[in-house]
Amino acid sequence: MSLPPFQSLVDAHWRDVGRLAHALAGPDHGDDVAQQAWTQALAAYPRVTSTRNLRGWLLTITHRCAMDVHRSRRRTVAHEDPGSLPAAPVVAAPVEPDDGLWARVAALPERQREAVVLKYVGDLDHRAVAAALGTTPAMSRRLVSDALAALRVDVEEMR
Amino acid sequence: MSSVFAEFAPEVRRPVLPETDISYAVSDTSVGRLLLAVRSDGRLVTSAYVASADEESAWLQRLADVVSPRVLHHERPLDGARRELDDYLAGRLERFSVPVDLVLASAFQRSVLSALAAQVGYGSSTTYGALASAIARPKASRAVGTALGANPLCVFVPCHRVLPAGGSVEGGVRNVGGYAGGPAAKEFLLTLEARSAP
Repeated sequence: MSLPPFQSLVDAHWRDVGRLAHALAGPDHGDDVAQQAWTQALAAYPRVTSTRNLRGWLLTITHRCAMDVHRSRRRTVAHEDPGSLPAAPVVAAPVEPDDGLWARVAALPERQREAVVLKYVGDLDHRAVAAALGTTPAMSRRLVSDALAALRVDVEEMR
Repeated sequence: MSSVFAEFAPEVRRPVLPETDISYAVSDTSVGRLLLAVRSDGRLVTSAYVASADEESAWLQRLADVVSPRVLHHERPLDGARRELDDYLAGRLERFSVPVDLVLASAFQRSVLSALAAQVGYGSSTTYGALASAIARPKASRAVGTALGANPLCVFVPCHRVLPAGGSVEGGVRNVGGYAGGPAAKEFLLTLEARSAP
């Protein structure tokens, strides 16, 4: 099997990885998450066994890094002020001139938020979303449709 | 998809990655566009003429396949090789001291290139036939030519010093034989060395 030079992956996908990192971790942590994801991907790259979906592989690593940042941040918050936890937003809303959709995305239950962001910001299919979330494609479909319903986004429009 | 998801365009930063198994850079020189690549230990593995983006990609893919897929563009690790190359092309340097690695060469190519590097010094030249004899394969001059044509370390391993026997002159132009960088580049290097040699 022949893996492309890592530089070609960086050139082809750095924008997508950054975009997903920002959507999952917010503007304050987006760049750090993306940087971490690239560093991890570089370290693991020679052990990759399939070139079929390297973009999906990179986005899955990005998702994992975003969740790590997220978890450690939650622990920190809990330690500093246990009372603030339930009210703390899951993720800071990306600064976007929209109709408040990102604020509503940020307020979604964690799994739904991850699924809908992976699906539409990452532009991944349900199989890849399911792989990233460690679940089944059927569950990914359900999480995404629940998320869209909660966001009151026209599901037909998203197809 | 006409949704805000598609329009989500945060300002993202390009990742900054460490120097790794292979670092490469491309240099525009007086003999042409050269792709230079070093391993993490600093040994030069590639100095190849890349006239087009396709040729550049093909060499990078070869490095990924043969050495490691961790191939990244980094200028700094190539500084030493680049400085020597500049000095050489300006006639200020006769012998390169950058360590080289012939990992991209076949066993036969290695014997040809090693004999060449050891026996044919700055400002001198040999022939395909003489080099074939030097490696005890007197009938292999054609194979020697092929091996030199695929030299992964152009200029640093001086395949430009190997000429066809007889050195015919056609229309006032000397026949210097084939060269990866083209006959003009070969002629340039030979003239440079002839002029600068002691």
